[in-house]
Amino acid sequence: MDVLKIRKILHNGVNQMPMTITEKILAAHAGKEQVLPGELVSVRVDLVLGNDITAPVAIKEFNKIGVSGVFDRERVVLVADHFVPNRDIKSAEQVKTMREFARQHELPYFFDVGQMGIEHCLLPEQGLVGPGDLIIGADSHTCTYGALGAFSTGVGSTDLAAAMATGETWLKVPETIKFEFTGTLNPWVGGKDLILYAIGAIGVDGALYKAMEFTGVAIAGLSQDGRFSMCNMAVEAGAKNGIVVPDEITATYVEGRCRRPYQFYRSDPEAVYTKVYHFDAARIEPQVAFPHLPENTRPLSAVGQVEIDQVVIGSCTNGRMEDMRIAARVLRGRRVHKNVRLVVFPGTPEIYLQALKEGLIETLVTAGAAVSTPTCGPCLGGHMGILAGGERAVATTNRNFKGRMGHPDSEVYLSNAAVAAASAVMGRIAGPGEVL
Amino acid sequence: MELKGMVWKFGDDVDTDAIIPARYLNTSDPEELAGHCMEDADPDFPARVRPGDIITAGKNFGCGSSREHAPIAIKAAAVSCIIAGSFARIFYRNAFNIGLPIFEAPEAAADIKPGDRVSVNAETGIITNLSQGKTYRVNPVPPFMQQIIAAGGLISYLAERMKRQCTK
Repeated sequence: MDVLKIRKILHNGVNQMPMTITEKILAAHAGKEQVLPGELVSVRVDLVLGNDITAPVAIKEFNKIGVSGVFDRERVVLVADHFVPNRDIKSAEQVKTMREFARQHELPYFFDVGQMGIEHCLLPEQGLVGPGDLIIGADSHTCTYGALGAFSTGVGSTDLAAAMATGETWLKVPETIKFEFTGTLNPWVGGKDLILYAIGAIGVDGALYKAMEFTGVAIAGLSQDGRFSMCNMAVEAGAKNGIVVPDEITATYVEGRCRRPYQFYRSDPEAVYTKVYHFDAARIEPQVAFPHLPENTRPLSAVGQVEIDQVVIGSCTNGRMEDMRIAARVLRGRRVHKNVRLVVFPGTPEIYLQALKEGLIETLVTAGAAVSTPTCGPCLGGHMGILAGGERAVATTNRNFKGRMGHPDSEVYLSNAAVAAASAVMGRIAGPGEVL
Repeated sequence: MELKGMVWKFGDDVDTDAIIPARYLNTSDPEELAGHCMEDADPDFPARVRPGDIITAGKNFGCGSSREHAPIAIKAAAVSCIIAGSFARIFYRNAFNIGLPIFEAPEAAADIKPGDRVSVNAETGIITNLSQGKTYRVNPVPPFMQQIIAAGGLISYLAERMKRQCTK
């Protein structure tokens, strides 16, 4: 008997196969009853996204297609967040290309300096993405929105150009790997630690071309911000998308925020997974990924003596309200170590304002931090915190490739916001327990 | 299509920051990008790579960012194709979309040595290591993607489709 038949029978005789949440969203957008892993489908996209690095290339390609306009003005989002506020003349020209395109096509969602936030913090916050959506973005961390129960994946500029014109794209339905996190989270452990732990276990290509579905009681208890951090880094395991089945926490987040109707999908109990990992959250400490790959993780207790020159708190991984609160809690009444530069990047203007209202910015600046307007800047070695040769940074960002934050001989250690803040105080990689 | 050249060999998990560091992403000019292609992995590469040369690498080539600048830089450096154990998914899509031939061939990628002369027949999927006298067969390209390649990339494919729709 073939797999198709078995799956149909397993599903209580109903003439529809059990599917994972990823398969269901893809089927719905392909206009099909069901899809199978490996199948190539043409899908309708709910939203497409580009930034100041990828959109200029996409605009050039878009203009070659020969269409008069974008498929839907309300569904093309452009965010100038990587090299802005413009770091040099060339960057300024790139953003100008975007700005002019947005004006020409009357795009309501072009975010320029002042309204601009780091795209993957900004879009969920502004209610531009929601549960059940299918989103493609010309930025690899577009997978972040899976935290809302959406299918969301990164593509290149040409794919973005095509989708801007047609409102469609093609995708291969991925197999899904289930990651079940049981147990209770330890203090100072969050979404960042769970995802680093998972990447450490399976490697940077451990989920290549696949969907990562995060589930279990530890995920059910994880904040929305923590879920964004997890899904954000799915691409660091090679995955096509990361996803969390939406629940009460999702509902609370999206209610009154989403600008379009949304739909909650869930995986069928009999859905087929290519692999299932069980991790006990109670055994997971804060994680640190050593240079030069996110898979080089160690529990904090096994880090040893690593002196540092810079700490970066922010990015699309950990630049949200929860991270600002954690950083301020660790740094309140303390001073940044004399050998360390601490730079903090709230993810969006709204997060910046809220941090101001709560007195967090004052706490951080008093401690000796430089607090910046939102930008991707240092995460990709763009600007606002470039490392010199031989320097080391602890960063709450997502990549620690060779030369990622500047000089090819510099080093980046990835951590959560609590470890980053404590390390800024100690001048070496340290946990909050050593500081508080 | 016969692709032939000398091999530059790299390891596993060659990331997009190694292919084209983000500090150069304030431009999308192919020639300018080619001038910095692979420079953090091998500083000699941009100056010494010759037209037709082939890149081989281990698993997960092109992991990291979605920057199309990465395959654009390699193509503009006149590299004829990439043979790797496996490719990261966004890089894989991008390479096809811009018309840079890539081949997933773990055995060939492992065997081929730096400096070997290699030829690849894109139609038959036969890789020949001319220096070692060995041949390998690669997985065929999915039919759907062959259509995109035949049209000369995704944008030409779409432009043709648009034209057909307009004339209907």
